[in-house]
Amino acid sequence: MRWAVIVFPGSNADTEMYHAIKDVLDGDVSYVWHEETSLEGFDAVLLPGGFSYGDYLRSGAIAQFSPIMSEVVRFAEEGAPVLGVCNGFQILLEIGLLPGAMRRNQQLTFLCKHVELIVENNQTGFTSGYEAGEKITVPVAHGDGNYYCDDKTLGKLKENGQIVFTYAKNINGSIENIAGITNERGNVLGMMPHPERAVHTLLGSADGAKLFESMEREWRERDVIRT
Amino acid sequence: MLSVHEPTAQQIYDECIYREMGLSDAEFAEVETILGRKPNYTETGLFSVMWSEHCSYKHSKAVLKNFPTDGEHVLQGPGEGAGIVDIGDGQAVGFKIESHNHPSAVEPYQGAATGVGGIIRDVFSMGARPVALLNSLRFGELDQPRVRYLFEQVVAGIAGYGNCIGIPTVGGEVQFEPCYQENPLVNAMCVGLIDHEDIQKGVAKGVGNSVMYVGASTGRDGIHGATFASEEISEESESKRPSVQVGDPFMEKLLLEACLEVTKHDALVGIQDMGAAGLTSSASEMASKAGMGMIMNLDDVPQREENMSAYEMMLSESQERMLLVVQKGREDEIKKIFDHWGLAAVVIGEVTDDQRFRVYHKGEQVADVPADALAEDAPTYYPPSKKPSYYETFQSQEAYQPKVENMKEAWLSLLSQPTISDKSWVYQQYDHMVRANTVVQPGSDAAVVRIRDTEKSLAMTTDGNSRYVYLDPYIGGQMVVAEATRNLVCSGAKPLALTDCLNYGSPEKPEIYWQLERSTEGMSEACHVLNTPVISGNVSLYNETQNGAIYPTPVVGMVGLVEKQEHITTQQVKRSGDVLYVIGEADANFSGSELQKMIEGDVFGPVSPIDMKQEASRQQALLEAIRAGYISSAHDISEGGLLVTIAEKLIGTGLGADVTLKGDLLAEAFSETPSRFVVSVPTEMTESFENIVPEARIIGRVTDQSTVTVSDAAGERQATATIEELTEAWEGAIECYLKSEV
Repeated sequence: MRWAVIVFPGSNADTEMYHAIKDVLDGDVSYVWHEETSLEGFDAVLLPGGFSYGDYLRSGAIAQFSPIMSEVVRFAEEGAPVLGVCNGFQILLEIGLLPGAMRRNQQLTFLCKHVELIVENNQTGFTSGYEAGEKITVPVAHGDGNYYCDDKTLGKLKENGQIVFTYAKNINGSIENIAGITNERGNVLGMMPHPERAVHTLLGSADGAKLFESMEREWRERDVIRT
Repeated sequence: MLSVHEPTAQQIYDECIYREMGLSDAEFAEVETILGRKPNYTETGLFSVMWSEHCSYKHSKAVLKNFPTDGEHVLQGPGEGAGIVDIGDGQAVGFKIESHNHPSAVEPYQGAATGVGGIIRDVFSMGARPVALLNSLRFGELDQPRVRYLFEQVVAGIAGYGNCIGIPTVGGEVQFEPCYQENPLVNAMCVGLIDHEDIQKGVAKGVGNSVMYVGASTGRDGIHGATFASEEISEESESKRPSVQVGDPFMEKLLLEACLEVTKHDALVGIQDMGAAGLTSSASEMASKAGMGMIMNLDDVPQREENMSAYEMMLSESQERMLLVVQKGREDEIKKIFDHWGLAAVVIGEVTDDQRFRVYHKGEQVADVPADALAEDAPTYYPPSKKPSYYETFQSQEAYQPKVENMKEAWLSLLSQPTISDKSWVYQQYDHMVRANTVVQPGSDAAVVRIRDTEKSLAMTTDGNSRYVYLDPYIGGQMVVAEATRNLVCSGAKPLALTDCLNYGSPEKPEIYWQLERSTEGMSEACHVLNTPVISGNVSLYNETQNGAIYPTPVVGMVGLVEKQEHITTQQVKRSGDVLYVIGEADANFSGSELQKMIEGDVFGPVSPIDMKQEASRQQALLEAIRAGYISSAHDISEGGLLVTIAEKLIGTGLGADVTLKGDLLAEAFSETPSRFVVSVPTEMTESFENIVPEARIIGRVTDQSTVTVSDAAGERQATATIEELTEAWEGAIECYLKSEV
């Protein structure tokens, strides 16, 4: 399985994303500079955290126009897995692969800490390794993590099981405590918490490892069906 | 915008215009002697910034030379962007601390943000990858609205820059005293990792080599920032807001990545940050260090504003800029790297062998001065020094003894003092986990950052309790260094070296100069005994307003090496049943303590001396016990004394403790006598532990109860507090202040 970590100018959680794949899966992972135009040969795309383009204008707003992004959209539309974490989630919202929008944290300040998440849906290609309702500890580090969508969208998210992670305690004002959602098809996941920073107990938690393991298992199973 | 006519050399002389730029009459006369003529407007500007206290250390050079700067592990001492220490296996750690006090006093968000940006550039200009940021902050009391504004904005500024560039802010300290009300202190530290062979220097070697400018374009921001930082803060300071630069962390992230690529390229000869005094300091220092000269053409400098004069360009402190010297003919190889990151790199000059610094603008020579004269020939002052009368008074007083009726009440009140209470409101605004190497997060004695693919970690801390330095500069100076080493040892590290930021009032006042002299003597003595050389640093003087000077505030940033991951130790107790020990006995002197401040609203009295040899041997024994695996938690006793230390060890663990005090109960409970620790030891290890640390004394046991009981030697109960009560007092005190309306 080949993993791509997309690097935008201003990405800064790209190294831990890269190393999470190395450390958890001993995986075949490469950085892909935002000016590239092909994802040929990759099986999964990871959009890391950071401040792409300094988050100027609006978080993730400029990165959506990077050359690689039209290829990411194609990749997602073909049903291949795309994970966006933190700024990666914001970019997925800006480009329309996921519904809703991100606002400034309710408390108006950046928040970095380990938080408890609830796995709301373990029937996805990202969460099959977790128990339904499982509580996991994963760090957050964001200033704009206050997720919002209108009632109609919220209804659809609930109906389709697109709400994958919620905060056990609301930390930023997000509607319905939402921490991570997928698209309707379930192959694109955006989440504000950082699973890639939670793959070593030495650093406080290894609860994020199962997310990457789930992605790999999903790929293997699909690959078996394909061949 | 029309270009304004600049005064002529004669006018500058006749009208003493140089004084407005910060040069004294004698200094101006010296410049005339060096040049053999009167300097023009641009040249006067060059000398005034390079000879400012901030750039030349003219009032502090004499005391700085007392610091030990050598050691077997030191690869680079003071004088470059950052000092560098060997950590084995071909790796090294580079670090430096720097102040941004004056800018933060008038424009707190940008002042703090650009302080962070500047110190990061100092570290990566050495070729080191920045891996952690720390800071040390001082503010007035939080009941003042202006103080709350400064505090909130400084924290936001540090967060804004560090979070965006993606370097974790892993540690720091904040203290609140009335003396910082109008003059807050913002000291920022950056720690970087580097392989020995990649170490760079800021030198302009090789005649004909090209001088390249990279990064952001030059604007009119920050002109005379270095001069502003070298005078007292007054009502006019508000008008100096244009002297404060504006930061762009996104630009710096690109610059960082590009420069780290370039520093591995063999076409690079030298590299230096354009920090204080911008283009002037980087260019003249690089030429001077190499014993060379330089020609520079300002027409080629990227500019973001129109019609900038030579004077403005040379003195601009626009951020996120670097100066490179590159082998002649290989400029395109370097340009290619910057291109990839979307940055311009342009040739603006070349290295010459005439040791002169010559600047051209619009076809005219606008400056021609000896490079050394700017960088090296600033005068050194030996100001008069005088023991302040307050010190004489304190020395004649008895050691302060507080009256405490209720131990529990005093304990809870201490926990809610802003200087002691929980700082998570601050550090949770900093991304302290980015890059996923932060093993021990903010809130313990020292932060610990692992070095990927090795067993090693770096422990780091900033410390500087200025109350004791104020009461007794010599002893207080020793204590500042000792506390930093204690914090590192508690986390399982061997202290390697330190960087210092010396924040004082005006050195031109004899009483202030005396504080500077005495406290640095104390620091030097401690550095010698604890074997921690000073490898970099910064001096910030003139921290005073019409209401007086700040406390003398030397801040120490220190880095230590944890050899193995299993040695990493935190302050929090780990399990019920472990035995609690105190190492070191308390002395019944409360002068300078948090308890004195709390009761009296001020600090006064004589400080008890610190025995540095005892300090060193205790630290050595404790580190040995930690490495042997006998210790489950360690925490030094500092502000608030032993009971505060114990509360900090318990809060958040779900555990409690039964504690027995002996002797003078008040001293045992609340005295801040230095060189002391509280550790927890698993029962089966106690004998082995006591063999290594024979002076350790059992004071209690960790329990699975949610209370802490404190008894005296006779078994009489002195205080009982639930963990909930302690937590409530400690948590949220700062937020509570910030939410208050008045």
